[in-house]
Amino acid sequence: MPAIAETLNTVQSVADNGYKWGFETDIEMEFAPRGLNTDIVRLISERKGEPAWLLEWRLAAFSAWQGMEEPVWALLNYPKIDYQDSYYYAAPKKKAGPASLDEVDPELLRMYEKLGIPVSERAILAGVEGAEARPPMAVDAVFDSVSVATTFRSTLAKSGVIFCPISEAVREHPELVRKYLGSVVPPTDNYFAALNSAVFTDGSFVFIPKGVTCPMELSTYFRINAKNTGQFERTLIVCEEGASVSYLEGCTAPMRDENQLHAAVVELVVLDDAKIKYSTVQNWYPGDAQGRGGIYNFVTKRGACRGARSKISWTQVETGSAITWKYPSCVLQGEGSVGEFYSVALTNNHQQADTGTKMIHIGKNTTSTIVSKGISAGHSNNTYRGLVRILPKAAGARNHTQCDSLLIGDLCGAHTVPYIECRNPGAKVEHEATTSKISEDQLFYCRQRGLSQEDAVGMIVNGFCREVLKELPMEFAVEAQKLLAVSLEGSVG
Amino acid sequence: MLEIKNLHASIGEKPILRGITLTVPDGQVHAIMGPNGSGKSTLSYVLSGHSDFTVTDGTAHFDGTDLLAMEPEARAQAGLFLAFQAPVELPGVGNANFLRTALNAVRKARGEPELDAAQFLKLARAEAKRLQMPDDMLKRNVNVGFSGGEKKRNEVLQMTMLQPKLAILDETDSGLDIDALKIVGDGVNALRSPGFSALVITHHQRLLDHIVPDAVHVLAHGRIVRSGGADLARALEAQGYAQVIAEAA
Ligand SMILES: Nc1ncnc2c1ncn2[C@@H]1O[C@H](COP(=O)(O)OP(=O)(O)OP(=O)(O)O)[C@@H](O)[C@H]1O
Ligand SMILES: [Mg+2]
Repeated sequence: MPAIAETLNTVQSVADNGYKWGFETDIEMEFAPRGLNTDIVRLISERKGEPAWLLEWRLAAFSAWQGMEEPVWALLNYPKIDYQDSYYYAAPKKKAGPASLDEVDPELLRMYEKLGIPVSERAILAGVEGAEARPPMAVDAVFDSVSVATTFRSTLAKSGVIFCPISEAVREHPELVRKYLGSVVPPTDNYFAALNSAVFTDGSFVFIPKGVTCPMELSTYFRINAKNTGQFERTLIVCEEGASVSYLEGCTAPMRDENQLHAAVVELVVLDDAKIKYSTVQNWYPGDAQGRGGIYNFVTKRGACRGARSKISWTQVETGSAITWKYPSCVLQGEGSVGEFYSVALTNNHQQADTGTKMIHIGKNTTSTIVSKGISAGHSNNTYRGLVRILPKAAGARNHTQCDSLLIGDLCGAHTVPYIECRNPGAKVEHEATTSKISEDQLFYCRQRGLSQEDAVGMIVNGFCREVLKELPMEFAVEAQKLLAVSLEGSVG
Repeated sequence: MLEIKNLHASIGEKPILRGITLTVPDGQVHAIMGPNGSGKSTLSYVLSGHSDFTVTDGTAHFDGTDLLAMEPEARAQAGLFLAFQAPVELPGVGNANFLRTALNAVRKARGEPELDAAQFLKLARAEAKRLQMPDDMLKRNVNVGFSGGEKKRNEVLQMTMLQPKLAILDETDSGLDIDALKIVGDGVNALRSPGFSALVITHHQRLLDHIVPDAVHVLAHGRIVRSGGADLARALEAQGYAQVIAEAA
């Protein structure tokens, strides 16, 4: 794949550390004091101009969190996190909206450029007035704690779609937010979800009304920039009856020696015949080759298939973070609803990933498909942890799980931990698992045809991930392929 | 084109090639025959740079450059092609994508412009058709689920696309039906030119009926024990190897 070779070259030339996105952006920031207490929770709520109910909601979550223990069941090994050592609120200092690109903080523009956001969208992201061309994707960029801009709002509004920062949705569409926020992931769901509920600062809100197919793909870029800040974004996507949307999420963070905390919550709701396709390419800074630095990523993602024949499809390509703790799940309540989880998790050097999914079958004739591809290289550890639960009323439920692990080198680990709880005798649950290595013969075959060692590895790994990559929207798939190859740089030979 | 002198190679501690000397001039096709386990495939792997084998003595030059000092991909880019005795499966990797990546790697090394997807497909389809391969073989994953004969044809497709200077065909004829044998023979013959040489490893005269070699060498116990013209192959088919090997001992 010449694209891979090209990317490898660029990466080698721009990054000392193999992490192309490791730049820091020098933008004037406003911080809340370090540490976490009710005052900080109040301050965040106040800064966002939130209504009283939401402040109460946050405070309740905070007090629940204080009584909770950090989970230890995952196969992850990291030093104790000092939650008082982080900043929980950091925002770029607000100025009046710029009139043209020239007036935009050049650092902000440079950041968008480095993130690979097309020029036309950069202008929109930077809030330039009237800059609304028509590329096919609407973007919401979350920069540390604050959603910086959302593009294509007016185009979307014409079809009744709401796509805006969740902080704004709280003000503009309080009835919708109040109805759905926390309805899929309750504030007390788990330690990290409770933390997020207390201190979430921004994220995206999407609402697709009845019968509407969202006219373009929606996308969020998350970026942690400021030092020692945690990022706690909250995403809520609701599709009413017959509505559908494809949503993409991309993530980056600068290289730093210390670890940074990221604990997001994503909630999806689909009603009758509605569909959400949620795709993630997660590329937070993974730490250096010795395992210094990197993001701790503790994420709760869950979708509720409330309506009959509704469908939620999670596709994730996870190549970043020092620690990944993430289990995008589907609660299949509506009759005939469908849950899908397609995942590639790649770990290299000293990265650790414990990721998988939960499929909870409640309704009749619900089906779920799980395809997990784990790739471990270097000294890394990669665990698939998946739960398939069939409740007694889920007659005719079906699940198929396929879990493949690929090992590169002898120092890494791959683990598969499936939990199957089937309480309906008529349900059908299938689980297949394989573990393989890139064979010397495969590499040699490719090299004999003129491919470099790195391109050969990239090609074989991309082949291994094919079933997942083909679920991604085209452009994203191309990015993901490059990312996989780049992330494995230096792992072979 | 290819000049091998006193080549010794081992796998682990086990010596397999024990002093091979062989010259293939420009434009010539040489056949290599010999009993199972005599080291024919090993020779092809050593020449193409498989890391399982260690060269313990001797030299090999390709167009005057030291072949053994080159990485496998550099050898391929310089124009050396090996049609594998057992082609490897690459699950999930599309055959067309693989072939195009390989072709562009080789073209780049030759200073030729890379082909875009449309240009490539046009070329590949025409070539596949010439080799009477169904179109869908380009869409399938590399060698996955291919029959024995289909794998061999796929090797030949790769060879004709990559236009090597030196092709080593390791038992490309085994597993081929009678018609395919002729197609493969024609494929190789089409490449024959003053700038193309080949080492054809085979157990059977019938391939050499299609590809008439300039010389035939018999390999036994890691050495060439007899060399001759095209008629040597016919004699061997009649007599077997025992006599030749005994004479050489
Ligand atoms: N990986 C290996 N480990 C141990 N011995 C090996 C290995 N590969 C090859 N050999 C041995 O090297 C010798 C030569 O094998 P090679 O494959 O070169 O034979 P060949 O002449 O190609 O035989 P055939 O006609 O059956 O294809 C054989 O004795 C074989 O068992
Ligand atoms: Mg052999």
